[in-house]
Amino acid sequence: MGHIVINNLNKEFVERRQIQRNKSGAAHFDQTIPVLDDINLEFQPGEMVCVLGPSGCGKSTLMRIIAGFDRPSSGQVLQDGKELTSPSPDNIFVYQHNGLLPWMTVWQNIELGVRHTEDLTQKEETIQEYIDMVELEGFENHYPHQLSGGMQRRAELARALVVNPEMLIMDEPFSGLDFLTHMKMREEVVNMHLFLGKTILMVTHNIDDALIMGDRVVILGDRPARVKLDRKLDFPHPRDPKTAPELQELREEIFFMLGVSYAV
Amino acid sequence: MKFKNPALVYAAFAFLISLLVWELTARFSGWSAQVFPGPGPVLISLIELTANGTLIKHSVASLFRVTAGFYLAMVLGIPLGMLLGRNTPLRLLGNPLIHFLRPISPLAWIPLSMLWFGIGDLPAVFLIFLSSFFPLLVATTIAVRSINPIYFQVATNFNFSRFETFSKIMVPATIPSIVTALRLSITIAWLVVVAAEMIAVQSGLGYLILDSRNALRMDYVMVGMVVIGVIGLLLDYIMQQLMKIESTAWGTLGSK
Ligand SMILES: Nc1ncnc2c1ncn2[C@@H]1O[C@H](COP(=O)(O)OP(=O)(O)OP(=O)(O)O)[C@@H](O)[C@H]1O
Ligand SMILES: [Mg+2]
Repeated sequence: MGHIVINNLNKEFVERRQIQRNKSGAAHFDQTIPVLDDINLEFQPGEMVCVLGPSGCGKSTLMRIIAGFDRPSSGQVLQDGKELTSPSPDNIFVYQHNGLLPWMTVWQNIELGVRHTEDLTQKEETIQEYIDMVELEGFENHYPHQLSGGMQRRAELARALVVNPEMLIMDEPFSGLDFLTHMKMREEVVNMHLFLGKTILMVTHNIDDALIMGDRVVILGDRPARVKLDRKLDFPHPRDPKTAPELQELREEIFFMLGVSYAV
Repeated sequence: MKFKNPALVYAAFAFLISLLVWELTARFSGWSAQVFPGPGPVLISLIELTANGTLIKHSVASLFRVTAGFYLAMVLGIPLGMLLGRNTPLRLLGNPLIHFLRPISPLAWIPLSMLWFGIGDLPAVFLIFLSSFFPLLVATTIAVRSINPIYFQVATNFNFSRFETFSKIMVPATIPSIVTALRLSITIAWLVVVAAEMIAVQSGLGYLILDSRNALRMDYVMVGMVVIGVIGLLLDYIMQQLMKIESTAWGTLGSK
């Protein structure tokens, strides 16, 4: 049920560098770049985890490893006690952009998640239900390029949810959205999370997103990234950091951690 | 005045102008009608050759060879391109050979193909195959290689079978580039057929041109050229229509 344990996880990338050839030396050497350094984390089933950190610190790398697209250099990720080694429909990854297949309509894209359902009427009902949920009624037969950025994001969310995965992994799902769409999507994801109770991992650059949405906030430090903060947020929704002093305090602490000396 | 299809009006205008230039050159260049026939005599010959069935016979012969060679190139080139695009060791193995063979003009194969396949349709079909096979193969390989890797991740994430990855990702993702490659290579094939028919066969538009030259009938030569041009236009038009099919259209509509 989406219980995740990350044990002593390290990741380094090997980069091949050309150097000047001298009489005796090799023509190139392999340089390893450590990206994730001894990450230990535990997420409870149904938790909404928000991951923050400076750009290039390894957030996407960590998400890709948890989704099974990439392998750690050492350490492991356990899902419900079993080691996670390959992608599966249990953990659906929602991309920053362009995750929808452009040659398929909204309907066909969402259908991918339930394409093995035998009962055709039930399948259609499920697809329609999720399309209604993300408020894309009337756009079933549109292609992704005919939708706005926010609508594409919602369609992708519907495609992820229709699979009924144990965990959703979202890499900056709100980036590039306008302010209002961002607010609406945030509300939708919070409601959906309260309603469905899935484990959700979400990378974000927006501290308020993390404080308003997260059951847990994880902050990664500069590369090679270590866990700088792993804090459970036990506040009821809807939240507002401006009126809850504890949240306001944490907000300033996080700003400070990310290298901004005061919260604006 | 408003026209339903302004492109057609422009095209008609361009052809009218060239007809005029042709007529004027024929009339005032000082060349005799045997050397440079004008549009009038060529039109009369065109009607004559159409009426006695010669043109139809030769056109059908040429089209048959092009179709056979082109289909063969499609059936072998596109799947092989998909394979090479997805399989790095195979690609590394195949690419040097492909790029070595590709710049060799199909016409350079004429002596060998006559030796291997004798006289008749086969050597011509082989040359046409060669002319379209490499462009299609290379275009397909590149198309597969440039598929956004995210789509393959989506495929593994949604547990696609190999066949599903092929039919739901690779085919639709590459169709726009493949259709463009088909359009370009059918033109090359049509170019090559004429040359191929100047050797080893007794039919086809290329043979018509060569035979007419030997008989010093330049009006027939020009009829052959006109028909080649018209059929070339038609082939290109057919290929263009392929691009408008819905499943290929996503590539031209600009994905965000
Ligand atoms: N395939 C790769 N090969 C080599 N280095 C890589 C590779 N993928 C990522 N890196 C490096 O790992 C580091 C972390 O990358 P990652 O994409 O995880 O950062 P991020 O935290 O998601 O950044 P952002 O917030 O900008 O999206 C970067 O410095 C990047 O250069
Ligand atoms: Mg990232």
